[in-house]
Amino acid sequence: MNISVELHQKDLLVVNGIIKGEIDAFTAPILREKLSEIDLKENLQVNIDLTDVSYMDSTGLGVFVGFYKSINASNGHMELIGLSSRLKRLFDITGLGEIMDIQASSGEVKIDETV
Amino acid sequence: MPQEFKKQYKEILEKYILRQTEHNLYEGQNISRQLIQKNISPEEVISIHKASLEEIMSDLPEEVWHSFDLLIEVMVRYGLALKEHQTLIQKQQNIKMEMELAANVQQTLLKTKVPNLVDLDIGMISVPAKEMNGDYTHFLHDSTHVGIAVADVIGKGIPAALCMSMIKYGMDSLDGAETNPVIVLDVINRIVEKSVSDSMFISMFYGKYDTSKSEFTYASAGHEPPLFYCSESSSFSELQAKGLLLGVIPNVKYEQHSIALKKGDFVVMMTDGVTECRSKEGFIEQQTIMDIIENVKDQCAQEMVEYVFHKLEELQDFEQRDDFTLVIFKKV
Repeated sequence: MNISVELHQKDLLVVNGIIKGEIDAFTAPILREKLSEIDLKENLQVNIDLTDVSYMDSTGLGVFVGFYKSINASNGHMELIGLSSRLKRLFDITGLGEIMDIQASSGEVKIDETV
Repeated sequence: MPQEFKKQYKEILEKYILRQTEHNLYEGQNISRQLIQKNISPEEVISIHKASLEEIMSDLPEEVWHSFDLLIEVMVRYGLALKEHQTLIQKQQNIKMEMELAANVQQTLLKTKVPNLVDLDIGMISVPAKEMNGDYTHFLHDSTHVGIAVADVIGKGIPAALCMSMIKYGMDSLDGAETNPVIVLDVINRIVEKSVSDSMFISMFYGKYDTSKSEFTYASAGHEPPLFYCSESSSFSELQAKGLLLGVIPNVKYEQHSIALKKGDFVVMMTDGVTECRSKEGFIEQQTIMDIIENVKDQCAQEMVEYVFHKLEELQDFEQRDDFTLVIFKKV
């Protein structure tokens, strides 16, 4: 039941975010609130690092879908990086992996290749 | 009101001033319960204390009586906070009652009947984690087809429940059980996409069994893939079908596939309440779930789903975090 969300405005049109912990029904509202603080300027690029997210459920997906929709509406772009194989599977099953820009964490990819 | 307590309080105070025993102190605890029950505010209690003390020890210095007046003033806010607290408790009880009512209405509204077929044995279990179920199952059937929708509304509680009525509305507007899964998903996606808020969406699996061909045709909108058990090879495989969640974008292409069911084969449809089970040691692996199912593969479908639910409940230490739905179609 813990989450930490850090957002850094890198320059005018780039925001880098790092999320750590679990994203579930309890913590998702915190994440939603944090993301809603981002000023969605035209052509904004938001990169979110999920390397240290140990668990995410469908409520968490809901937050990213909501954010994806609003950033797209302002011609911006969201990229999720460092997804564990479990998180990657969640995005793949839901079909979101095909419309969103997601990157598996490099470590996890190696493990997948050896399987 | 406070007067009747005054006499009682004075006696208790007198006794305690005389002898500070556990028993006399305990009498104070008892009367405090009665005072709370009768909604007597903290400042009134201090007034009673002051009045009683005046009668017992009238010769106390003036300053002591003044200090009580200050204390009474200080306690006024506490009295207000207490009143507010009581109103909130009342409100909360009302909301709880309304929730229970709403959950009942939901159950009646969304009730689906498990069809009875000669060559297909169907088992179903759906257990909500809270009052309102965010999982939804619906059957359509005619003489030769059975349609099954298994959906999970993301977002929980009341909004999710309202969202489900939309799926039901979409299903009711279809031509019947013969409709192809991709059409079903497309229709419902259009309804949901128009009407749902940005961070709410639905994952849904739709399958159709054709009794004349013993064929199971399916499509998925971002839903957990069902497991298919082939009795000939005694092995499980996932029934994958690509497709985006309902309610994200208006035009989605869904994949549709078919498999033939032979005697003893079965399809296990579920929501993520089944696959995202967690025990103390971590996630319960898919292999564990397969093993549990395989243990009871020869029982009837209803016994199978109930067995799996109880086994997983046990593994999770009876702490159900998410709505749990499991449906089995077994060819007999």
